[in-house]
Amino acid sequence: MKIVIGEGSCGLAAGAGKVHEKIAQVLSANSLKADVEITGCCGMCYLEPIVDIYDDFGEKTTYVKVTPEMVDDLILKKIRDNQEVNTCEITQNDLNILGNQKRIVLRNCGIINPEKIEDYLEAGGYEAIKKCISQLKPEDVIDIIKKSGLRGRGGAGFPTWFKWNAARASKSEPKYIVCNADEGDPGAFMDRSVLEGDPHNLIEGMMIGAYAMGAEEGIVYVRAEYPLAIVRLEKAIEQAREKGFLGKRVFGMDFNFDMRIKAGAGAFVCGEETALIASLEGERGMPRLKPPFPAQKGYWQQPTNINNVETFSNVPWIINNGANAFSSMGTEDSKGTKVFALTGKIKNGGLVEVPMGMTLREIIYDIGGGIRDDKKFKAVQLGGPSGGCLPESLLDTPMEYASINKTGAIVGSGGMVVLDETTCMVDVTRFFLDFTKKESCGKCIHCRIGTTRMLEILTRITKGEGKEGDIDLLEDLARKVKDGSLCGLGQTAPNPVLTTIRYFRDEYEAHIKDKKCPAKQCTALITYRIDPDKCIGCTACARNCPVSCITGEVKKPHEIDPAVCIKCGKCAEVCPVDAVEIL
Amino acid sequence: MKQSEFDFSRIDPVLEKYAHVKGSLITILQKAQETYGYLSEEVILYIAEKTKVKPAKIYGVVTFYTQFRLKPVGKYLIMLCQGTACHVNGSERIESAICQKLGIKDGETTEDNLFTLNNVACLGCCSLSPVMMINGETYAKLTPKKAENILDKLKKEALLEGEVQ
Repeated sequence: MKIVIGEGSCGLAAGAGKVHEKIAQVLSANSLKADVEITGCCGMCYLEPIVDIYDDFGEKTTYVKVTPEMVDDLILKKIRDNQEVNTCEITQNDLNILGNQKRIVLRNCGIINPEKIEDYLEAGGYEAIKKCISQLKPEDVIDIIKKSGLRGRGGAGFPTWFKWNAARASKSEPKYIVCNADEGDPGAFMDRSVLEGDPHNLIEGMMIGAYAMGAEEGIVYVRAEYPLAIVRLEKAIEQAREKGFLGKRVFGMDFNFDMRIKAGAGAFVCGEETALIASLEGERGMPRLKPPFPAQKGYWQQPTNINNVETFSNVPWIINNGANAFSSMGTEDSKGTKVFALTGKIKNGGLVEVPMGMTLREIIYDIGGGIRDDKKFKAVQLGGPSGGCLPESLLDTPMEYASINKTGAIVGSGGMVVLDETTCMVDVTRFFLDFTKKESCGKCIHCRIGTTRMLEILTRITKGEGKEGDIDLLEDLARKVKDGSLCGLGQTAPNPVLTTIRYFRDEYEAHIKDKKCPAKQCTALITYRIDPDKCIGCTACARNCPVSCITGEVKKPHEIDPAVCIKCGKCAEVCPVDAVEIL
Repeated sequence: MKQSEFDFSRIDPVLEKYAHVKGSLITILQKAQETYGYLSEEVILYIAEKTKVKPAKIYGVVTFYTQFRLKPVGKYLIMLCQGTACHVNGSERIESAICQKLGIKDGETTEDNLFTLNNVACLGCCSLSPVMMINGETYAKLTPKKAENILDKLKKEALLEGEVQ
């Protein structure tokens, strides 16, 4: 018997640590024997904490939303008495969600123990790099990646082989290979899951890249907000070193490679290659003009290749299975699979990996299960602060670089935030501009001041102080910021503004002309009122109102004084009969 | 120089290892903050002296990255996630509940030095939004009420430990 507990950051946040402790307690209190292992995130975050129990024949049963209180019953029935436990067993419906996916990057996540190199080896790990060093020339490796059609998964979608080849062609030594694990898009956690769930896959991918371009040193630049990812990757590097997979003469052959982790200090702009390099050198992370490209002059002015976590994690699979196996998935324009972080107002939030070209509708409805609480879909936000919001009419767009770019959004790193009818599009745009304004490094005037001005205008609109001409002004500014910025941050920061104006212009107009927020989110444009027919006079609202603006006698309808009300929504939250309405 | 309240010898091993390795400034600052909880002017001047990097430049790096703090933090550091998923699921209401309860704004510390509130970009637990992390522990699926209860519980614990009068 083997018990496996999902302990990625999301699992732990949902309480997997306490479940683990309790399982150990129950086992020892009842003198039961079972191996207890941990694993990374399997992607079904909405079902965490998840516990898998393997019987002696290797047959797996998955239990979901497990609480410490359920553990006694689960362990005693399943482990001691070998009985079915129906209370928390995963449903067929949820199992189908996994079935609809094609897992390459996430193939080991949620299955192997990320802290044991043996698990990765058993899953065929480090075979690809062995094959490269012993059978393939570096040029052959680059050729395989070229034929596979793999494009950078960090956002820009640049062909991976091209960057490797450019770095290989640069004559200067030493060369560096860098992994960008500074996953900064709010609403995206693909890279975190791979680092926590299958760190050896990343190490192997980087080794293959290093062999192809001729680098002997690798650096992984990880966000400081991902402490668990750093710990797991550190362990993995240490284990690989002990086995002789990293260091001098790897596998006893003529290939030297070692790597280290550099913890970022929190700056979104460091996702840009030249800014990341400046940060690696201990400087403020500010981008510089390209060319020269990092492939010619990067880290310490030496040839440097930077790819993100997901890109590297595809590489071992491609080497093992061949370029054709990869390029046969996806579309003409975009090959292979892509991992998406499905979040927001979605039923089945989590990580999914699907072949490129699947439509947004299939991803959101067939895999994501549709909108939570059966509300109405309004928009899907793709690509984080650099991306855009697409409306229902574009849900049949295939998820591939060319088609998505045409809509004004980007595939980006894979964040997919679903918004329902209760989300205000102007407010969401203001939220993104607030983010990019704070994260602008300040080097380019258009980005520094343009994002500030756009944020001011958007804030004004959400406060009900929008003016005629504000939409045109926003569009004009947006175009200028795009043209006048050096790096991707400034060039893409206006995307949320432009796409929401393009697809949700009526919401802007409602705010500006009618002084109404159709989604009833912008507090300056809404009024709280108690429906006298529904109110039972329980006084809960009056007792909880922080500004004491609700009056009324016990068992009689209450009233809100709109002049004093701060619209905090507490009355609506505590009302037992939903009598508080928003107008 | 007046007698310092900082025991500089605690970061001497770090400086010995990194002071002359180029590109190590961020690493040194991270270790110094780990040691003292924040980067005081005195500590910055000491690092400048040892690394021969100008204090103004160090200050420039410190203020560029969100991780670095120039002021001390309370016993509990509340990292309130302001990622997209948390935003659309109501993180602003959680923030106003916390602010009202503690009487502080983003970046400030309560007078009893118990709580510091920091808004942070995505913590990567989007499916459990809205979330906050306090001293390494993540609290998920928050409501204003739930957040207030968590703060009450932590305050009670601190009182029992005799941290506050």
